Amino acid sequence: MADTVHNSIRTGQKTWLTLKMREMMEAWLFVSPTFIGFLIFFLGPLCAVVYYSMTEWNLLSQQATFVGLANFQNALLENPDFWLVVRNSVVFAIGLVPLNMALALALALALSRPFFGVVFFRTVFFAPVITSAIAWAIVWKFLLQGEGGFINQVLALVGITGPNWLREPNWAMAAVIVTRVFKMVGLNMILYIAALQAIPRDYEEAARLEGASRRQIFSMITWPLLAPTTLVIMVITTIGSFKVFDHIYQMTGGGPENGTLVLAFYIYQQGFKFFNVGYASALAMIMFVMIMALTLVQVMLRRKGSE
Amino acid sequence: MTQRQIQILYRTCWTIALLIAAIPFVFPFVWMVSAGFKSVTEIFGAPTLIPRVWRWQNFVEVFTYQPFARQYFNSLYIAIVVTALTLAISSLAGYALARMRFAGAGLLMLFLISALMVPEEVTIIPNFFLMRWFGLVDTHWPLILLPTFGPHGVMATFLMRQYFLALPKELEEAGKMDGLSRFGVWWKIALPMARPALAAVSIITFLFSWNLFLEPLIFLSSLDMFTLPLALSNFNDSYGLPLWNLQLAATSLAVVPILIVYLIAQRQIIESFALSGVKG
Repeated sequence: MADTVHNSIRTGQKTWLTLKMREMMEAWLFVSPTFIGFLIFFLGPLCAVVYYSMTEWNLLSQQATFVGLANFQNALLENPDFWLVVRNSVVFAIGLVPLNMALALALALALSRPFFGVVFFRTVFFAPVITSAIAWAIVWKFLLQGEGGFINQVLALVGITGPNWLREPNWAMAAVIVTRVFKMVGLNMILYIAALQAIPRDYEEAARLEGASRRQIFSMITWPLLAPTTLVIMVITTIGSFKVFDHIYQMTGGGPENGTLVLAFYIYQQGFKFFNVGYASALAMIMFVMIMALTLVQVMLRRKGSE
Repeated sequence: MTQRQIQILYRTCWTIALLIAAIPFVFPFVWMVSAGFKSVTEIFGAPTLIPRVWRWQNFVEVFTYQPFARQYFNSLYIAIVVTALTLAISSLAGYALARMRFAGAGLLMLFLISALMVPEEVTIIPNFFLMRWFGLVDTHWPLILLPTFGPHGVMATFLMRQYFLALPKELEEAGKMDGLSRFGVWWKIALPMARPALAAVSIITFLFSWNLFLEPLIFLSSLDMFTLPLALSNFNDSYGLPLWNLQLAATSLAVVPILIVYLIAQRQIIESFALSGVKG
């Protein structure tokens, strides 16, 4: 600022304006790669998917015909698969989100203060986060094999005959949820640890001097102060659970009997296996609306909470 | 018992509980490496942690079954290119959004935030047609362009912006006095100071690209072009059944180097994720 003022005094109003223009041009030059990429690979495709969703377009038939909202009607009213998929996605989210968050918070509470071995444990719980979901799913798929799988062999040692985990619809869903939690919980744990460490120690010490118990300190001080973090984690985790794809692809392929067929996988299947471009685009739009709604609801809850 | 003894007992119980909780996080890695050395019959026989017979040839067959070395290289160079591009683009845009005043900045921010909320699954179908129109299907271009400019790149931009917002203004002013252009200020003053943010963006971007799966699955068809995650899921026999021991040997080869890097730089890596998660 100082130099612009200095220049304008020296050279007059006209130069000052061009300087401002120049600054603006430079700024747009700086953001132009991001902006152009955004237009080409995001905004354009987003408009296209809105249009595709209103067409009857099978890749093999080459020609897209405009059909209005028929794809949405098909999904919401006619095709029973759709509601199965939505149900599966909701079950997946309802199973995963609370389990993930509770475990993350428990681990964070245990690991937020330094003690001997704390770095080791943080490293261990975080390791699956940086591992590819495919690698993680491959290993768990083998551990969970029905016959000769490691987990069932261990169960056999104590006289339990384990189920064929990934071949029975209900067990398969539970298995993908739990193994996904193991994969992702480290990230939420780290976010919780960061939040816990940001809470001033004085609060807790003051409460302890007043004679508050551990439980009271948690429910009256720690938990309310964690609320913003909890909300962020909830949004991230819920959206992540609606997007789960690679994990399902590798572990169950949507099976058995479509028991783990979730939304992201179904979109992939319709679009890139069966080439129903119009229908798959309508599904993508529905996913988009669901995620937007979830985010908005959670942001509104936050605003209400902070009032 | 004295107060101190209770304390020690309490700590011991906690540590044992944590060790038990750590099993499902550590054991899959141990079992993966161990099974990578076994024959198929031993994998599904009575459980052993140390292979009875070490089948080193598994690790040779991994490379003869499909061009695994080539696929490894693909993942590596794509991740490096994506990281370099993302760093350049996000630090430029992040700097402008934090430090420069320009018409349209507010609207641009709004656009970018909306992009964060839309997962790439929603736009993947039109992006597929776009890439086909460019003639880029079964090339590595989509795997470079989409992560760089997609929601992930936008997140990197925000991370850089947050960091630049917090930098002291004085150094920049001094640079301008010395006659540096805006670009010069960004390159010579802002970037060197933003090293922690650049490190965080690099780590997250590299891992993101390295583990990417949906895009390779959709865009790639020839074995020579495959990236690691796609190659791993491709160790199947002619009936489509997995070649168990080869798949696990290959998975070990893909995962263990990343784990070693992680063990060396775990503090930095974990902090990067904490930073991006809170800000993102």
